[in-house]
Amino acid sequence: MLRYLLHKIVLVLPTLIGITICAFAFVRLLPGDPILAMAGEHGVSPARYEELKEQFGYNLPIWQQYAHYVRDAATGNFGVSISSKRPVIEDFMTLFPATIELSFFALIFAMVLGIPAGIVAAVKRGSWFDQSLMGTALVGYSMPIFWWGLLLIIFFSGYLGWTPVSGRIGLQFFFKPITGFMTVDTLLYGKLDAFRSALSHLVLPAVVLGTIPLAVIARQTRSAMLEVLGEDYVRTARAKGLSSARVIGVHALRNALIPVVTTIGLQVGTLLAGAILTETIFAWPGIGKWMVDSIFKRDYVVVQSGLLLIALIVMAVNLIVDVLYAVINPRIRAA
Amino acid sequence: MSQSTEITPLAASPDRMLGFRTFWHYFSVNRGAVIGLFVFILLVLAALLAPVLAPYAPDVQDKTAFLRPPAWQAGGSAQYLLGTDAVGRDMLSRLLYGARFSLLIGAVVVTLSLFGGITLGLLAGYFRGWVDVAIMRVMDLILAFPSLLLALVLVTILGPGLFNAMLAISLVLQPHFARLVRAAVMAEKSREYVVAAKVAGAGHLRLMLATILPNCLAPLIVQGTLSFSNAILEAAALGFLGLGAQPPTPEWGTMLASAREFILRAWWVVTFPGLAILITVLAINLIGDGLRDALDPKLRRS
Repeated sequence: MLRYLLHKIVLVLPTLIGITICAFAFVRLLPGDPILAMAGEHGVSPARYEELKEQFGYNLPIWQQYAHYVRDAATGNFGVSISSKRPVIEDFMTLFPATIELSFFALIFAMVLGIPAGIVAAVKRGSWFDQSLMGTALVGYSMPIFWWGLLLIIFFSGYLGWTPVSGRIGLQFFFKPITGFMTVDTLLYGKLDAFRSALSHLVLPAVVLGTIPLAVIARQTRSAMLEVLGEDYVRTARAKGLSSARVIGVHALRNALIPVVTTIGLQVGTLLAGAILTETIFAWPGIGKWMVDSIFKRDYVVVQSGLLLIALIVMAVNLIVDVLYAVINPRIRAA
Repeated sequence: MSQSTEITPLAASPDRMLGFRTFWHYFSVNRGAVIGLFVFILLVLAALLAPVLAPYAPDVQDKTAFLRPPAWQAGGSAQYLLGTDAVGRDMLSRLLYGARFSLLIGAVVVTLSLFGGITLGLLAGYFRGWVDVAIMRVMDLILAFPSLLLALVLVTILGPGLFNAMLAISLVLQPHFARLVRAAVMAEKSREYVVAAKVAGAGHLRLMLATILPNCLAPLIVQGTLSFSNAILEAAALGFLGLGAQPPTPEWGTMLASAREFILRAWWVVTFPGLAILITVLAINLIGDGLRDALDPKLRRS
């Protein structure tokens, strides 16, 4: 197992280096002078320009600049945001919980609906339910989620007036974050009305973000179940006279879930990409909206660090999924 | 089942008509795929005939008809079937012209990423060694970023606009092709017909392009279809974020972006462009599913 882990980490190293090179190169590839680009739309005086050049180390050879960049990033120094005037890492730490909270609920939504639906579709293969579910899943998979979000706003916020249009919580509630997760913090403070407000803000974005993972999970569960239901051990279990629920729920499901778990892990990239759109539509203060806003504010220090941090997160999660996969499925380790 | 002539009906088979008929037989079993194909043909026609079909030019403004609702709703008129947008442009005409952009985006992106992916995949799979390692590491790297994020950053570097968005999306989608081609080439390279061609004196280029490549076409066609719909979605997302096609281009994502502020007042300016994107993407994905059934012998029902 340890050997497998080491092997995986060695494989990831070139990607890790590549990611830092990409982030490093980003600012230097921008059209025009990198310092002027980083200084934002206000520009700088010639004296300040030289100062910045010195400060960012642009007078050094490129490989030294890169080495400094990696050293700074490794010690958590990502520079200072031009628009918020705060260290980038601080902004990231404040905003990231919002994205995690949103993605977490999106994933829960996708799993709670997707897995049972996929199981039923597989068991009743070819039925009316199976066909309409697979049709719906294909629609979900083809959905432009930014439009889907707008539609839900029109219907649930505009027409029915059930949910708020944007933000994380009603403006009347204000308190110091403990964990950064609204749903948890409001409960820790014991404010039920605030909790309800947070939840009502969360529902639509989570559904929107969870739509594509839901479609993917439902399809994957169905096909994994179909494969397993044809296996000998399932037939044996049936022949032993076990109840249908036990055969499906225990013997088949356990094995079918292995590829499903992997699929869920691999949805992290999809979720973070989807968060860019979902957060923009719902004015959700997470890292996706932060990236888009920073692009428009020309706050390239933020874009650069966001690119690096998000890619690192996706890479780390994929690595963890790989390893977990090997833990549940010993056949992988041998290969 | 296991004979290679049957696996790839599109490859050079002695009887092309027979190949096509086999293909169509398997494709048409899938009802969804046929519907998808039908819708797609309609979309192509709409795009080609937009100047004929559209009642107005896409950028003509009627200053007396801002945000006019669709014909069937109170306040709407037959003059503007699907209503008008915030500056009095006919929605229907803009949607028809928009079909041109979406199909163009799909076609250009798939062509570019196919070309790049085939070249890199062939080189990597054929030569192996350090060429393979270098190319595939870069592909892994591209796949390490969430696709929309990478496209966003690339467009930031290149500057917003439809063409740059297409370039960025091609680059982001291209590794999928490279991986597929590489895997297929590695599988085919040691087969007898390739060895035979080699013994007969075929050079590297001939072996790669004329001998091996045609036998890797099936997965490429399926992937190409899926990338077509992905490209449309991603370009619309970039347009929506304000980094793709720029207003007043009647690109569907861009139309949605400028419709956002009216979402609670005028449902039609938001609903129709998105519906157009969904229908297009869905039709292409349906075709993709059908192609997979028809071209992939592993999934083919006997």
